[in-house]
This record gives sequence, structure tokens and C-alpha cells, in this order.
Amino acid sequence: MERIPILKMGEYLLVTIQIDMHDRLAMSLQDDLTSRIVSARAKGVLIDISALEMVDSFIGRMFGDIAAMSRVLDAETVVVGMRPAVAITLVELGLSLPGVRTALNIERGMELLRGLISARGADAGSA
Amino acid sequence: MATDSIASLNDILQKDEGALLQAWVDNQVNAPTFRPDRTSRQELMDHCRRFLTLMRDAARSGEQDIMSPPWAGVRQMLDDLSVSRAQQGFSPSETASFIFSLKQPLFDRLQKALGQAEAVTRLWPANLMLDRLGLYTTEVFQRGREQVIIRQQQELMELSTPVVTLWEGVLALPLIGTLDSARTQVVMENLLQRIVDSGAAIAVIDITGVPTVDTVTAQHLLKTVAAARLMGADCIISGIRPQIAQTIVHLGVELGAVITKATLSDAFAIALKRLGLGVQKVSAAPRRRDDDGAGSRAAGEHGEG
Repeated sequence: MERIPILKMGEYLLVTIQIDMHDRLAMSLQDDLTSRIVSARAKGVLIDISALEMVDSFIGRMFGDIAAMSRVLDAETVVVGMRPAVAITLVELGLSLPGVRTALNIERGMELLRGLISARGADAGSA
Repeated sequence: MATDSIASLNDILQKDEGALLQAWVDNQVNAPTFRPDRTSRQELMDHCRRFLTLMRDAARSGEQDIMSPPWAGVRQMLDDLSVSRAQQGFSPSETASFIFSLKQPLFDRLQKALGQAEAVTRLWPANLMLDRLGLYTTEVFQRGREQVIIRQQQELMELSTPVVTLWEGVLALPLIGTLDSARTQVVMENLLQRIVDSGAAIAVIDITGVPTVDTVTAQHLLKTVAAARLMGADCIISGIRPQIAQTIVHLGVELGAVITKATLSDAFAIALKRLGLGVQKVSAAPRRRDDDGAGSRAAGEHGEG
């Protein structure tokens, strides 16, 4: 069965979705990612969807779910590189993904993640 | 009886065509609906002659229904006439009078040919047929006008949604006119595509030119903001007039976390601040000459941090 690779870069996990998602793949990604966050003690997850051309409500909701799950496991999630057509589709489906952070490309997403994690570190330090 | 009527119509058309044509054209030229500025007597004469020829051919088939195949030529001619008149700016009644003005000369001749008593019953089918032809003309005219309107709408839509770059990484979308679903779609697509192309982090949507904001418009704005956010760009809505602020609150529209500003300059200031830039005065009395260049460069050079 095909799987989506999850790459570890320091304290971040990098997921690049380069094929069209179907429901089973989405579910297995959720499983893999959550267990990987725990085993790698990741502080941040970067999901690159710049190659994703089609989404449905299930996949859309999956992004929200993954972000929520990561937060429970103490990791921040940033979704980067969403295409205009995908963004319009999600909004039309009523999924504006309020809990998910987004960035235009990997570079910006990495910057955002670093900012988020260092801000969190500062908070924890002061508390 | 109906076929008789068509047959006698056919007779008239064959025997008396020249005089009928003359009377018909005179009728139209003398009517108040005649537009000498748009059409000439000669042109009208040509149209009428062609119509009579086509109608004679159609009537020869004995078919009365103007939507039937033998009448295709007549319909085609009326189509062309109506559409061209619609584009030239004729009114619907001026266009339909082309057919209705034929009634008087034609019925006069039918009456003469058939005699008073018979004419009353025989005129009816011919009358009905001309009415239908007249209505058909009006319908086609209307359709022609609608096509003009649709084309103009499309042109307007393409014209009125520019996305401008205020600064590197800051886009502005000055909206002008009412926002309906179709326009929102175009606006949204344009904006999102420009965000991808330019890699802008902030987009300012300026609604100074939007006359009214109702719940639907607000919904469309919020959708655009949400889509831009999904792509990783922040949106600021600016140019909200006092009345519109009141309307938004009265309607109970929830703008949520969207940043709103009264003017475009306020929004621009916020955008620069987000990017870690700022605008600074470089000298107390700027010289007029290089004011422009120095002033705008200041934002980039002195703003870091």
C-alpha cells in the first residue's frame, strides 16, 4: 500500500503530499503522523500540499484534525503551499480551517514554525 | 377556411406585390416610429421586398404555423432584422412596427379582393399570423438586447478587478461596484493567483468603492479573506465608511478575527509594521524634485526591525 513519507528535520517533521489523497491514505497519514510525533518528540509539523490539486470535505477536515491532534501532542502544525483552486473549494465547502496555521511556501512556513516554537519556549520559561 | 385565407393572401402577394410594397413602405415612413437617422427609405424598401418574397414562398406551402419549417426563411430574416435593430438602438415598438404596419395595406387589399362579408371571417387567420410574426420580432429583439447586456456585464467584470502591488509583499485590491457571487468569484481567483505569483504575505481589500454592504456581500468578503488565509496570506479590509460600519453591526455580521481599518493608509501602515518596515521623514523640508524617490525609498531602508 502506498504511504506518504514523513521526514524528520531536527525537531520538525516534514510531510510532502505529492499524490492525490484518498480517504484510506488520509487515515493512514493520521496514524503515522501521530505516532511519529510521539516517537520523534517533534515540536512542529510542516505539511506541504503544493502538489495537491483536489480536495473534498473529508481531506479538508483531515487537515483540521491533524492540527488538533498535533496540538494535543504538543506540536504546532503549519500547512503550506495551498493552491488557489483548493483554497476556494475549501471555503465553498464551508471549511475555513480556523485551527490550522497556513503559510505561502515552505520557507515562510518554517519561519512561522520557528517563531511559534520559540514563543512557546519563552512562555514556558517565564511561567 | 384558414387555408382559404392563406390562399387569398397568396393571391394578393402574387398579383399586387408592387403596390403592396409601396403602400407598406409609405406606411412605415410616415409613421411616427420611423427613424430617418437610423435607416433610409431605400434600405427599408429592400427589407420589405425581401420579407414579402419570403412570405410568399412560405404562404405557398399552405402552412399557417410560423414556427414550421416552410417559414424558416421568414424567421431567419426577422432574426437578422431584429438583432441588427436592437444593436442600432431601435426601441421594441419601432422594431415590431415593421410587421404591424403591413396589416393595413394588406387587409385593404384582402377586403377588396374578397368582398365585405367574406373578408371579416377570412381576415382573422391572416391577422393572427401577422400578430405572431410581430410578437416573434419583439422576442428576438429582446433576446438581442439581452445578449448586448450580458456581453457588457462580462466586459465590466474583467475590467473592474485589478490587483495592485503597494509594496513588495503587500497587495491591494480596490473593489468598485456591487459584489455579487459571480464577481466575487473573479475577484477571489485574481487575488489568490496574484498572491501565489508575488508571494505576498498581506493583502488589503479596499471597499471604499462598494456602495452598500448587505449580508451577502459581507459573506463574500469573508469567503475571500478565508481563502487567502488558507493560502497563508493575511487579509485586511479597509475603506469601511461610517454608514457601512453601522450596517454591518445592525445586520449582525460577524467579522471575527478579520482586521478592519477605516482607510487604506491605515491598512498599509499595519501591513508595513507586520513586515517590520516603517515610513520615516527624511528631512524637515523636502525638496520638490526628488521628494518622490527619497520618500518611498525611506520605507525600505530605515524600517528594519
